[in-house]
Amino acid sequence: MAAVDPQAESVVAGTVVAPGAEAALRRRSETFHFAFRNKKLVVGLGLLMFLLLVALVGPMLTDREPFEFYDALGQPPSSEHWLGTTAPGQDVYTQFVHGLRASFIVGAIAGCVAAAIAMAVGFAAGYFGGFVDDVLGILTNVVLVIPTIAVLIVVAAYLTVGSLVSEAVLIGVTSWPWAARAIRAQTFSLATREFVSLARLSGQGTWRIILREIAPNMSSYLFLAFILLFGGSILIAATLDFLGLGPSNVMSLGLMLNVAVSNSALQLEMWWWFLAPGIGITAIVAALYVMNVGLDEVFNPKLRKT
Amino acid sequence: MKRYLARKLAIYLLTFFVAVTIDWAIPRLMPGDPVNGLIARLNADPTAAQEMHGYFTESFGLDEPLWKQYLNFWLGLLHGDLGPSIAYVGSSVSDLIREAVPYTLALLVPAIVLSYVAGNRVGALAARRKVLDNTALPISYVLTATPYMWLALVLAYVLAFRLEIFPVSGAYDFSLQPAWTWEFARSFLEHWFLPFLTLFLVSFGGWAIGMRNLIIYELEADYANYLQSLGAPDRLVRKYAYRNAVLPQMSGLALALGAVVGGALVTEIIFGYPGIGTLTITAIQNRDYFLLQGIFLFIIVGVLIANFIVDIAYVIVDPRTRTGLQGS
Amino acid sequence: MTVAVDGLRVYYRTLRGDVQAVDGVTFSIGDGEIMGLAGESGCGKSTLGKSLIRMDGRMRHVDGSVSLDDRPLPIDDTRAMNKHRFKDVSLVPQYAMSALTPTRKVGKIIEELLESRGVRFAAVRPELERRLTLVGLSKDVLGLYPIELSGGMKQRTVMVLSTLLNPALLIADEITSALDVSTQKAVAETLVEFRDRGYVKSMMVITHDLAILYQVADTILVMYAGKLAEKAPAEVVIRSPLHPYTQLLISSLPEVGVTYDEKRLTGIPGRPPPLLDPPTGCRFRDRCPFAFDKCAEEPPFLEVEPDHHVACWKVF
Repeated sequence: MAAVDPQAESVVAGTVVAPGAEAALRRRSETFHFAFRNKKLVVGLGLLMFLLLVALVGPMLTDREPFEFYDALGQPPSSEHWLGTTAPGQDVYTQFVHGLRASFIVGAIAGCVAAAIAMAVGFAAGYFGGFVDDVLGILTNVVLVIPTIAVLIVVAAYLTVGSLVSEAVLIGVTSWPWAARAIRAQTFSLATREFVSLARLSGQGTWRIILREIAPNMSSYLFLAFILLFGGSILIAATLDFLGLGPSNVMSLGLMLNVAVSNSALQLEMWWWFLAPGIGITAIVAALYVMNVGLDEVFNPKLRKT
Repeated sequence: MKRYLARKLAIYLLTFFVAVTIDWAIPRLMPGDPVNGLIARLNADPTAAQEMHGYFTESFGLDEPLWKQYLNFWLGLLHGDLGPSIAYVGSSVSDLIREAVPYTLALLVPAIVLSYVAGNRVGALAARRKVLDNTALPISYVLTATPYMWLALVLAYVLAFRLEIFPVSGAYDFSLQPAWTWEFARSFLEHWFLPFLTLFLVSFGGWAIGMRNLIIYELEADYANYLQSLGAPDRLVRKYAYRNAVLPQMSGLALALGAVVGGALVTEIIFGYPGIGTLTITAIQNRDYFLLQGIFLFIIVGVLIANFIVDIAYVIVDPRTRTGLQGS
Repeated sequence: MTVAVDGLRVYYRTLRGDVQAVDGVTFSIGDGEIMGLAGESGCGKSTLGKSLIRMDGRMRHVDGSVSLDDRPLPIDDTRAMNKHRFKDVSLVPQYAMSALTPTRKVGKIIEELLESRGVRFAAVRPELERRLTLVGLSKDVLGLYPIELSGGMKQRTVMVLSTLLNPALLIADEITSALDVSTQKAVAETLVEFRDRGYVKSMMVITHDLAILYQVADTILVMYAGKLAEKAPAEVVIRSPLHPYTQLLISSLPEVGVTYDEKRLTGIPGRPPPLLDPPTGCRFRDRCPFAFDKCAEEPPFLEVEPDHHVACWKVF
């Protein structure tokens, strides 16, 4: 057999950069490239940003208050009242932008709470397996089956929900199961990979492994789950507010609908009163869902239809 | 298969147990005397308040030891006794619920079944027809993001008020009595259609989107590749893909039940449809705790039963559960 | 009957340009011949195998032709190609474990596939059962769901199914890669048996495992970086290879009975060139111990001895 020539050390195409780092760089810029090209992501994110802007800046464009009464009763949109007034004389535009704000706040907080619980349960169940998984599985299943609305109806019969935060926490605490299940499945598949075994061998503590090794590899998935939790929470909050179970001292889009219906806005054909809040909710949630799909396509090359 | 179903049943029984316990525990966990809290909400005058206090304390059984209260609660439950209603004085909660349930079911069952079937079909079609994908999909996203009560309002406004095609409220015309006549049936359907449509449309969106994504995923699966390598026509591959995609969709059905029940409640309110929804809002407005409690338990039982039915269907559809090698 | 491939170029479309995975490949497989296609990961052998039966979405047929029995095979036209699939050219995939859809019984899968290809299941059934028995499966397998079969059983079922219509060319793509050694042996023996019984006329066995090829193949074709390096009868390739790459490959194989102390395992230093923008000239040049100035020009794939082709200036 011919001896290997020691001079023939590899000269790999001239570059000296370690292949791992270079590949990672390329991947990230490729991700951004796809991100900007993805129509769904752009549209969804754009709409969301616009609505966020309206929620933040909107209230500042007028010096009216959502619960205040003004002289015009039940007026359609005009230059005075951009979205008209309610039957008892409140300004719909002011209510709308404040309600939009409330939706974002509730969605974000509830989303965070639900995400935190889902991650805790999902990671633990997926990583530890066995008995822990069984117990958490039962917990997940029980909370999953009980419809959120039902629980919240009964709770709210006794507790008056005083603030957006408590409403958000209540929603968050009941809407995490589907995400926990999904995170558990992902954790399962990652926990058996070599880099985790390596980390374990090198003596890293359990939760460090989960937070440093597993979670970052699922980061895109976690982010997507958060977006869905965010959107879902907004819808649940809207239903609660509509039923009168939300905070009554904070203007929300669901509350607007509640008052509109109780004041026979439908029969009185005050379309400006009940159309606006619904459009707001639908827009935010739709933007989030579409963004979610777009992001999924960006992160998951298989879904891209080239 | 038996193991799989038995496990599910055990979870459901546990859930029921937990739900009942939560229901029993909540008023007793609240700070202060629950009865006083109830009465305070009712804004009654002092003499009436006194009487109600006694009445409630007895109803709650608060003068008895805790464990006895719990036991009595269960006993009452198993006898179908859910207590008296506060809002509808003189009626029992179980009677009220019993009267309202058929209307809610009349909306829910067709809406769930039809939206599931139609949504799956359209989603599967959208997965392979670009044109349909570009139209049906965005619409589906908007539909699934729409809150039920708002869509109800829009439909009511456009189709009932403006165009006057459908009536706006009630389950049937005021002048009629429920009877097995064509006239009643026609009136019933007219009143039923819009609330049904609301539930159908929003749920449809979710199913269509889910199915479309699943089909795309399945069409990339190994078995699809293998079949195509052996020259199988697209039709056959799609058939298998659909069959496989149905499985996670079915699991999703159980999940979606909670959402659509909530949707039914609010939709009924908009249309003044005399189902559980209208009962709920009245109960909330009147702080009728017993009625709310009854509704809560009823919804739980309903959802559990529905879940179990879906589980049975799932076992029939997924051979893997039958061989006991893998559960969902 | 022969499979003749002439100047085949198949590239992958990517955002950054075309990856020249199969770049000018010419060879033929004779009647009854089992040809092994060997090479390291990324050399293009899988692409070559796939291109002969079904190109996936990103593959592009750029140049060259393929013919089966002197009739052209329309590999660039997926619709026209369909009537050849399964009947003339068939595939045993790498993923045999998941090649059967989980929600249908095995027998039903086979029946529906056959019927959809215009073959009456009832007519073929006796032969199907015979072959199942041949590979050691009971015909009851047809009434089972794929999940009820073990990995080995699924592998064998897929092999029987893929060869059921007696294709002229069978492509076996890395079918032993995921298996343990004893199963590998059984699968390899089955392949040879199928050929011996005439179920399959000729075979292309794609693998990176030269040991398997030595057992099974009549000829071995070695690929490197999208191009052919050497083709010769199996015995010749293993015992007296001419191309430096083949030599290094063989020498890097561990010998049974020899420990690391006695003789060190040598690998081949360096990595294959990127196929997105491949270098000119011989693609093995950078890692070849014998490279000299002529290697800046691409060597042709010539027959230097009867039935022995090499692409290497040093050899010529």
